[in-house]
Amino acid sequence: MTARITTDEIKHLALLCRISMSDGEADAMREQMANILDNIDVLNQVDASGAEPAAHSVDLTSVMREDEARGSIPAEDALANAPVRDGDFIRVKAVLE
Amino acid sequence: MDADAIIGLTISEARALLDSRQVSAAELARAALDRIGAVDGRVQAFVSVTEDLAMSQAEAADRRIAAGDAAPLTGVPMQLKDNMATRGVATTCSSRMLEGFVPPYDATAARRLYAQGAVLVGKGNMDEFAMGSSTENSAFFPTRNPWDLARVPGGSSGGPAAAVAASECVYSLGSDTGGSIRQPAALCGAVGMKPTYGLVSRYGLVAFASSLDQIGPITRGVTDCATVLSAIAGHDPNDSTSLNVPIPDYASGLGAAEDLSGLRIGVPREYFVDGMDAEVERSTRKSIAMLEDLGADVEEMSLPHTAYALAVYYILAPSECSANLARYDGVKYGFSALAADSMWEALERTRAEGFGPEVKRRIMLGTYALSAGYYDAFYLKAQRVRSIIRAEFQDAFRRFDAIVSATSPTTAFRLGEKTADPVQMYLSDVLTLPANIAGIPGMSVPAGLSQDGLPIGFQILADALAEPTMLRIARAFERASGWEGKTPPI
Repeated sequence: MTARITTDEIKHLALLCRISMSDGEADAMREQMANILDNIDVLNQVDASGAEPAAHSVDLTSVMREDEARGSIPAEDALANAPVRDGDFIRVKAVLE
Repeated sequence: MDADAIIGLTISEARALLDSRQVSAAELARAALDRIGAVDGRVQAFVSVTEDLAMSQAEAADRRIAAGDAAPLTGVPMQLKDNMATRGVATTCSSRMLEGFVPPYDATAARRLYAQGAVLVGKGNMDEFAMGSSTENSAFFPTRNPWDLARVPGGSSGGPAAAVAASECVYSLGSDTGGSIRQPAALCGAVGMKPTYGLVSRYGLVAFASSLDQIGPITRGVTDCATVLSAIAGHDPNDSTSLNVPIPDYASGLGAAEDLSGLRIGVPREYFVDGMDAEVERSTRKSIAMLEDLGADVEEMSLPHTAYALAVYYILAPSECSANLARYDGVKYGFSALAADSMWEALERTRAEGFGPEVKRRIMLGTYALSAGYYDAFYLKAQRVRSIIRAEFQDAFRRFDAIVSATSPTTAFRLGEKTADPVQMYLSDVLTLPANIAGIPGMSVPAGLSQDGLPIGFQILADALAEPTMLRIARAFERASGWEGKTPPI
């Protein structure tokens, strides 16, 4: 089954993940992912058609709180870890060309 | 206090020394810091040591003790795994991506320990973003097993387990997504517990796989584990998956001599897996016999879908990870590839240079499993099998009070032994990850040493919120095992 994921697919996935990857890295990644996917294949042996998908292990319902105004962390604290700061703003690369 | 007095010290013993004024919290903090200075160059369990904070917290603890207001953890030196946010103290997840990141707030679990007057001596090394089973995926350095420095401590909470085993702190908190508390506890000869999903708030725990992650204690003994659990458990409005249930005093009554008569304990035959060390199997069968000697009604049983848990885990955990780690964009905090020319290049280079190989592998795998054309076959299928595994446990807990097995199929392996093959590494968690999938609590208790002098752990699983039963069994087992007081030769 190792043929089922191609290096081109790996490169497309890397783009979706926004992780730049050299050809060599993509080849190594393809091999490792193919091996992992082979091991995941055992799930095909299970007939799970009667089971509901479980997103969680406990029965959760949406948790709401009252819609009331609350304080938040100070702007100075929120900005303290910004890689590039410009006054009270975070500076980023141009989004529009 | 004698510098070596910290070696093997439990929370209960520290409490007695502090309350009787034989030792001050400041002396105890100094002893822990000195111990770190003496051994951590070899063990490497700490990403950072918080000496100034520890000494100021210890002085505050001494004032509180003097005022007669001590809580169970007041003045006791502890460590936190470095994926728990600590205000003013760098929280790195052992990743280049978060190197130097200083959180503006405390994780709820940390805040609850601080409220008891705890003393933080430092942050524990881990596999990057908690992805791994050996702590070799730390972007900074690997942690070594205090029982044999050529071997791994397990992971991902390898720093916490090694720090507790090496007496560099009295207890630590780890996080467990597929066994990351229990497996390193087993490999280092410590007690480690993953509580019921939702019992301990995840607020301030850096997210890996949100439906599986859970914080829990790593300690030297079962009573200490219960004491720490009592401190950190409880509803938190900041975590919408936090359970709103009454929290008992888990430690009360655990000290009493007792037998296990009337308890029904299941032994799943699927948990004696292929590739298990013969010594681990022997130890596990001996541990099971010990429970029978203690009066428990032990019966072999079956959890037939166990063989699929690993595959379910390696779809669900990477899928959730790929979504959770999308936030690391180099804009708001963390590593940023500043030399890039454009926004997209900055983003792609930030993530390429900031994440290590295992984290990238899991983001890629998760993105694959969630992508169009594969979603039904992978993600949805895994969620369906998760329901089956969960129902299997629910059914078992109608007949049994607990389920027992080995914690890890092997003892601690050598550094580098499994790094080349991700699948071999993943198999380290094959006995622990079903509990995360089902949301049930599990703990590892030391069962003894192998002929090579390496710890072997014994795992106890219980129904959701049945931590009191699990702890009762663990405590009786601990007394019978004769492990108490054992420390590594370091």
